[in-house]
Amino acid sequence: MTQTEPAITPDLVAAHGLKPDEYERVLALIGREPSYTELGIFSAMWNEHCSYKSSKRWLKTLPVTGPLVIQGPGENAGVVDIGDGDVVVFKMESHNHPSFIEPYQGAATGVGGILRDVFTMGARPVAALNALRFGDPEHPRTRHLVSGVVAGVGGYGNSFGVPTVGGLVGFHTRYDGNILVNAMAVGLAKADAIFYAKASGVGLPVVYLGSKTGRDGIHGATMASAEFDEGSEEKRPTVQVGDPFAEKLLLEACLELMASGAVVAIQDMGAAGLTCSAVEMGAKGDLGIRLDLENVPTREEGMTAYEMMLSESQERMLMVLHPEKEEVARAIFVKWGLDFAVVGHTTDDLRFKVYLNGELKADLPIKELGDEAPEYDRPWVETPKSQRVEAANVDAPCDTREALLTLIGSAELSSRRWVWEQYDHIILGDTVQKPGGDSAVIRVEGGPKGLALTADVTPRYCEADPFEGGKQAVAEAWRNLTAVGATPLAVTDNLNFGNPEKPEIMGQLVGCIRGIGEACRALDFPVVSGNVSLYNETQGRGILPTPTIGAVGVLADVARSATVAFKREDEAILLIGDGKGWLGRSCWLWLVAGREEGAPPPVDLAAERRNGDFVRSMIAAGVATAVHDLSDGGLLVAVAEMALAGRIGARLDAPHGAPHGYFFGEDQARYLVTVAEPSVGMVIDAASAAGVTAARIGTTGGDRLIPGDEAPILLEELRESHEGWFPRFMAGPAVDAAPAS
Amino acid sequence: MNAVVILFPGSNRERDVANALRRAGGVAPKIVWHGETELPAGTDLVVLPGGFSYGDYLRCGAIAARSPIMDAVRAHAARGGLVLGICNGFQIAVEAGLLPGILTRNANLRFLCHAQHLRVERNDTPFTRRYAEGQTIEVCIAHGEGNYFADEETLKRLEGEGRVAFRYCDANGEVGGAANVNGSINDIAGVYSETFNVLGMMPHPENLVDAAVGGIDGAALFAGLAEAA
Repeated sequence: MTQTEPAITPDLVAAHGLKPDEYERVLALIGREPSYTELGIFSAMWNEHCSYKSSKRWLKTLPVTGPLVIQGPGENAGVVDIGDGDVVVFKMESHNHPSFIEPYQGAATGVGGILRDVFTMGARPVAALNALRFGDPEHPRTRHLVSGVVAGVGGYGNSFGVPTVGGLVGFHTRYDGNILVNAMAVGLAKADAIFYAKASGVGLPVVYLGSKTGRDGIHGATMASAEFDEGSEEKRPTVQVGDPFAEKLLLEACLELMASGAVVAIQDMGAAGLTCSAVEMGAKGDLGIRLDLENVPTREEGMTAYEMMLSESQERMLMVLHPEKEEVARAIFVKWGLDFAVVGHTTDDLRFKVYLNGELKADLPIKELGDEAPEYDRPWVETPKSQRVEAANVDAPCDTREALLTLIGSAELSSRRWVWEQYDHIILGDTVQKPGGDSAVIRVEGGPKGLALTADVTPRYCEADPFEGGKQAVAEAWRNLTAVGATPLAVTDNLNFGNPEKPEIMGQLVGCIRGIGEACRALDFPVVSGNVSLYNETQGRGILPTPTIGAVGVLADVARSATVAFKREDEAILLIGDGKGWLGRSCWLWLVAGREEGAPPPVDLAAERRNGDFVRSMIAAGVATAVHDLSDGGLLVAVAEMALAGRIGARLDAPHGAPHGYFFGEDQARYLVTVAEPSVGMVIDAASAAGVTAARIGTTGGDRLIPGDEAPILLEELRESHEGWFPRFMAGPAVDAAPAS
Repeated sequence: MNAVVILFPGSNRERDVANALRRAGGVAPKIVWHGETELPAGTDLVVLPGGFSYGDYLRCGAIAARSPIMDAVRAHAARGGLVLGICNGFQIAVEAGLLPGILTRNANLRFLCHAQHLRVERNDTPFTRRYAEGQTIEVCIAHGEGNYFADEETLKRLEGEGRVAFRYCDANGEVGGAANVNGSINDIAGVYSETFNVLGMMPHPENLVDAAVGGIDGAALFAGLAEAA
């Protein structure tokens, strides 16, 4: 059966997301007009999502090595040594565009994709996190998206059987037309049993594993590399459908297969499916690949080579196997009820050749497909600096009590219990600190060793000052790991931005990457994996720059991890670090005073390190009874969160300087620590010796917060405000299926 | 005590319950594949673990209940052997006819995962011998379809024969109201078979056997079971 393929016209080239000069590059590379299948392959390999063509130049500036880094960026996930022969394998990746179009399946397959990245490396996933950004709560579509995304994240992770232990949820009108779904997965493996994509050996079988290939997700990666417009709803068919059950089987089958010694190389089929995975395995191993597509298990009749090469059907893997182990491998997959098919073999000609029923559909140079992808040094302009906002020059519209109740019950700072209670966060029986603290803590099976995990970024800071915002995202992640007592190890970055072809957006990307790089270098906190999501724009309006930082730390003994909850009455509350009452871009200025302006707080990385190392030493010494980092909402919001978690109130000394600056300023590198009364002198002396500012600011106790000489706030009032917002919001009038804005 | 944990495609708490048996009961269970047709000789306890067997497609537990191994499990139960079904295992047990009633979607239509108090209704069974009658314990739930339902006649029998194992309650042991998180009829969290050798329950005692991870109120169930055979 021969199917006529469309002629290659400029319109067809444009529909594949290739610019005219990029198409010229294709012609120059292969010396002829590409076939339809080849055009599809170039489109898949050279789009922004797969080629990083706008960001590569800047990503190269990030620190990616360190004494404990076993694998940095470039593989399916980063690998870091955690001692005793164990490694942690992790990565974060976005699934923004699909989640906006079809929130449940978009979010679910985002989780599925990142889990697959981790177990492709030979690691068993032990934790998942996610960073979600939605539009204004008042936007008619927001509730529908929250409901669908949260259900999708839970639906996939819960069924797969990985605890979803942490993350963040934010709201801002700049995400009205482009929500963000950043999913992170963390796995554990043995250092001597890590698997890579790099193939070796000529004439070895290339094996297709997992679910069958259908027509879903064709051009998903291309969609993720374009702005949204009014027609985006019509792209619903390009969103893949997830099957967590198949993924769970694939996990068990892959780990069993890896243990059998049959695997030479493995690559999951994620974005751009069979194309990307086959090309990467060959190119990394300096080998050619021949595929015979008639052997690909398909869900539908009559699929063309073009469709099979571009399908993004989920839960699929490609492997190169030792030929003598082929039957062992097949038996394992048959046992788990999964497809197993030899679809090609490795060759020595460095060509990527795709046949269907003996007919050659594509014949391309395999290395150049990746290496010769366009790389741009896009023009960029620095984001103009914002003015500093002095607390003394800002009138407080209300008293401290009312401001605190407003903040703690706001969309931004209210409890996320409604969200994380839909995620199974206890499965596997190793969750030591569940969602709601500074970092999640999980035990490495058997213990006492553990991992601390967090995901952070403050987009409103990045918008005002990308460089400081990039630094702050890293510093806050480092601080959150430190606050539970962990030693920070490494990060994964998920860079979400608007259209990089606009110099001001490119300036945000450049600024944030430079800030991330500076902070990671200063804190010895290398970037080991990551993902870039650009073109998060709708009708010309971009999202807030959102470089989400996922971070991992290690604890020697999880029993010694610190939590935010006040533990006992009459303990001293110490503030570690210096504050000047920085209100620029603070939650107070935004949510209480109604002003989104000013320069964000600067990040002094030396102070971060000094203060953090001191706090970690106090936790290790068993002196700190509760610890919380100061971030959104400042000091009083942190005190309130500690009080609510511990069901114990606090009396605070009168503020130094203006109350709103003191209580709600968002100066960086700060922590609250409680210590028993007899330890106060020792801690303050030790801080002084370490060059760290530590000051007693109050005492725990009672059923209310008493901020200096201002009106007290009952914990019950605080709790009602804090816990109330999310359930009330989600119970509001149904707005499902609202039209896209 | 010879224990086995049945592994269905999509089970995901088999390791959790195996760890709980080891830690709290000193029992190392065998893992038995769903495709087997016989249980190992001398099996005392069969555990149907939590998870999403067959993806919960069709109806929770419905496909797993037709697995080859389930005839052997039914025969084991008929001989008076112990069977513990937790969460998806409870769903499989009702679908397999080992227990009456059915589990439907939570009343609020959402998956729920949180700490949950239960009232232990009686302590003269192999599963609850280490608890006190009327004791309030704290375990956790993690399910989307745990809303227990049985018709009036069945319910009357269950209550009349004292076959309700656990009820959802608050920290003070008060049953009902907001403590009934999923809408289960009569606040039922777990039920016994007629002869009290089969227990199905939605909450997860296996995740509460370790003070470092949430608490130890689930440990007594496994410690008691280890002594029971």
